[in-house]
Amino acid sequence: MDILGQLLVSGIAVGGVYALIALGFVIIYKATSIINFATGEFMMIGAYLLYTFMVMTGLPAIPAFLLVMAGAALLGMLVERAILRHMLGQPTISIVMVTIGLSSILMGLAELIWSTGFKNFPPLFPRAPIIVGDIIIRSNLFWGFVIAMAAVIVFALIFKYAKVGVAMRATADDQMAAFSMGINVRNIFTLAWSLGAIAAALGGVIIGNIGGIQPTLGHIGLTIFPVVILGGLDSIGGAVIGGFIVGIVENVAGGYLDPIVGGGVKAIAPFVVLVLILLFRPYGLFGKEDIERL
Amino acid sequence: MEQATPSPEPILRVNNIEVVYNHVVLVLKGLSLSVPQGAIVALLGSNGAGKTTTLKAISGFLPLEDGEITDGSIEFLGQDLAGLQPHQIVRRGIFQVMEGRRIFEELTVEENLTCGAYTRRDRAGVKDDLEKCFTYFPVLKDRLKRLAGYLSGGEQQMLAISRALLARPRLMMLDEPSLGLAPMLVQEIFGIIGEINRNEGTTILLVEQNAQVALEVSSYGYIMENGRVVLDGPVDRLLGDQDVQEFYLGLGQGGRRKSYREVKHYKRRKRWLS
Repeated sequence: MDILGQLLVSGIAVGGVYALIALGFVIIYKATSIINFATGEFMMIGAYLLYTFMVMTGLPAIPAFLLVMAGAALLGMLVERAILRHMLGQPTISIVMVTIGLSSILMGLAELIWSTGFKNFPPLFPRAPIIVGDIIIRSNLFWGFVIAMAAVIVFALIFKYAKVGVAMRATADDQMAAFSMGINVRNIFTLAWSLGAIAAALGGVIIGNIGGIQPTLGHIGLTIFPVVILGGLDSIGGAVIGGFIVGIVENVAGGYLDPIVGGGVKAIAPFVVLVLILLFRPYGLFGKEDIERL
Repeated sequence: MEQATPSPEPILRVNNIEVVYNHVVLVLKGLSLSVPQGAIVALLGSNGAGKTTTLKAISGFLPLEDGEITDGSIEFLGQDLAGLQPHQIVRRGIFQVMEGRRIFEELTVEENLTCGAYTRRDRAGVKDDLEKCFTYFPVLKDRLKRLAGYLSGGEQQMLAISRALLARPRLMMLDEPSLGLAPMLVQEIFGIIGEINRNEGTTILLVEQNAQVALEVSSYGYIMENGRVVLDGPVDRLLGDQDVQEFYLGLGQGGRRKSYREVKHYKRRKRWLS
């Protein structure tokens, strides 16, 4: 029984981090209808930026952390302005290929700049694990979860209440009409990419802090696809719940089945659930079906 | 054809514009019109005459649809609008209520209204204008937290006009506000359009297929066909014009309403130009 509790808690903690990364993905998709296959590489770049600021220039954690966010925002902005803006109106498949190409480029750049070796952050949090009853949570995971949740809440508040958040949702709903309100839709696209990159980079920092940094860190981004498709590509709430579902399924299935089949279940389980859910709800759990007025 | 020379300074002047879509399709062929400060001007014409294209040319929407102005100019308050993007044109004071209302269905009524006031910085003024919207359209006040997609067609049109009010434009352009509404509602909406013009001093350019109700509120009218203005003048003169009566109001000799079949036949037989 306490094994299940342990697995659930780890699942929720990891799921919270997935939720944050998925949120970054959804922000970009909602505003611009672009599926960003470079999400994982944005994570990886975020992790390396923190490494650079802390280890190579010796900044303390908090300023380094803020600089990572600024760097990620800049990266998102550059990608949108320099590349994707010029792809407006092109077929979806071309845009998808561009983001896939971008992911390769970013990974190559990371290898050039930081080499392929395995790297670690200096310890960011107190080492001692968090113990609740008989459940133990690794300190890095626990603090990672806290930061991820805080970021998710901040993003949600921006979307719900800030004027610019309302404008982003309006743009997602009807781009032409958004133009007619005097909303600068192109700036909204840039902003969406910046926010999406910040979310991914924060996720990358948390993952890097748990498992170490290398240029292939972004491959975890693959797990994000089940999360976002599960929740519905355009649903922020769905991204969060999808994150938790995938985190829990991964850990519980892995914990129980891995000893029996000899490993690997953790990687497959989310996709199995994904296929099952999509069979019954093709637009994801919370994806948009257009409102039909009767 | 008589050139429009309305008495007060025109707020908007469209000079001989030519609009081409996709580099080949010529939609407007030298269209000119002017809108005097404080007036309601109607732009009438049948389907495909180029009315909506005219509005899009003014509001800067053409490049978004692969259209461009290849000749002529558009001046607003004496300044050329060439090359401005839609959001910049809104900031200059031109607000277009698009055809089909185009409210944000996934947003609440309140958030839709927030979007209307997007370009404004004066919170107090926005708050006053919101109260004004509620006096024009009291029903919206009870619907603030509701998703706009669930409003009825009439309520959506009210929301669309309220959004425009909240932008406090100098020139409000309404594209087919009667579209898809019951006749009673059309009367109500047009009554309010008239009130907005009188109370707020907002200049209005009105595009309509429903010539009857549009001419009731307007002071000046343009009639378009095939990308050109074929007739324009003060509304009383247009109403007296026999062609207008025949084509657009469906009236026969002595104001008697003709059957649609006769009108159609007549229309096929006679066109102003081409």
